Amino acid sequence: MSHYESILSQLYEILGPYTPDGHSLSEDTEFIADLGLDSMKVMQLLLDTEERFDISIPLNIIPDVRTVGHFARCLQQLVDRG
Amino acid sequence: MALFDKFRQIADAREALARLGEDPFRATIERILSPTEAIVNGRPMILAGTNNYLGLTLDTQCIEAAVRALREEGTGTTGSRMANGSYSGHVALEKDLADFFGRRWCVVFSTGYVANLGLLSALTGPGDVILIDADCHASIYDGCRMSGAEVIRFRHNDVGDLDKRLRRLGERRANALIIVEGIYSTLGDRAPLAEVAAVKQEHGACLLVDEAHSLGVLGERGRGLSEESDVESSVDFIVGTFSKSLGATGGFCVSDHPEAELIRYGSRPYIFTASPCPAVIASTRAALNRLRIEPELRVLLWNNARQLYRSLQEMGFRLGPEVSPIVAARFEQREEAIGLWNALLDQGVYVNMILPPAAPDGGSLLRCSATAAHTPDQIDRICKAFATARALT
Repeated sequence: MSHYESILSQLYEILGPYTPDGHSLSEDTEFIADLGLDSMKVMQLLLDTEERFDISIPLNIIPDVRTVGHFARCLQQLVDRG
Repeated sequence: MALFDKFRQIADAREALARLGEDPFRATIERILSPTEAIVNGRPMILAGTNNYLGLTLDTQCIEAAVRALREEGTGTTGSRMANGSYSGHVALEKDLADFFGRRWCVVFSTGYVANLGLLSALTGPGDVILIDADCHASIYDGCRMSGAEVIRFRHNDVGDLDKRLRRLGERRANALIIVEGIYSTLGDRAPLAEVAAVKQEHGACLLVDEAHSLGVLGERGRGLSEESDVESSVDFIVGTFSKSLGATGGFCVSDHPEAELIRYGSRPYIFTASPCPAVIASTRAALNRLRIEPELRVLLWNNARQLYRSLQEMGFRLGPEVSPIVAARFEQREEAIGLWNALLDQGVYVNMILPPAAPDGGSLLRCSATAAHTPDQIDRICKAFATARALT
């Protein structure tokens, strides 16, 4: 499993509680349009993700991130930066 | 998509609110009777939802200073200080504030919101890192966004989380700016500033404290939480506002940094905003003087804050974590908060309602504020109104 695939797999696990019943996750899943996340849930998702990967996620990246795949690529950069 | 399609969600929320009673965002204060009483929506009301902590909005000395400035210097400055020049009052107020805080430098902004935009957008930029408490005010979030710096949130009042995030930055932590508030505006709790200052010193970062709600409220001389926590020498920048304890409108920043004056020249919100009008500057100077020479105003404020907090606590309301002039009753269901807010209006008490996502933890708040101008009887009537309103909803 590549580094990116490992991050994506962990991200799917984190997103479990945020995913409506019967909805399957993919790289194209959109946080707002598909998962219906509001601003409070987005902030909680950030905290959960930061804990899992032991990183700080800058707020600056949030407005541009729409899909799970895009978020996974951002996480990969942050993890690699250390 | 049409321009106004994005407002659909807001329109739905407003319609839902209207079905439950008065629109809280359209309450009109028709006539001010005193710092603590007004006619609101046609009814006499005790004002328990202001930030008028020292009760100075109708202070005779402040009003007379404002009237004098209005007659002598006119209604407005009609331009920014960079383009149109500073009035002597602007310069004098900056000196008053620098002296009051024991700092070398001060800059005055036209509002508290602009103070955070103006300072943060000038002081930090791409390549810098800002660490902000999660419960910081929107003006801090917006100033951070305008700066282009990397913005990292840490858990509210969690110094361990701040320390962890600073460590993750490695060498970049030495150039990081930490931002906390003296008193947080929604729940009224204070930052653990002594611990924050210790972490800041350990990592060699900079520290900014927004004392908007703590100026005139905390500290032996009313300088805020930095003074009360005895860490003023560790605080690099203090931001504040004139629109709370000082009863006017405007904002400021003070600092001892030898190059702080340069901020004025790099701050677009400062350069391109009309400067505060003479009456505001004059009343603010008078109010700062009252704050400085009358510590008994703080005693009155805290007596009222303690009475309000303890009475509502004894009645079983779930409040913020500590006694403060901001006393917030917390509700999990927004309908409960909306119903009680309307019932309080019927009982003649005006408080602030804060709904998700503006309140922490996704809940709703009825936010009260005590002032030095409330009488113990008014505080008692506010508490009785809460009891009656709850029984009716």
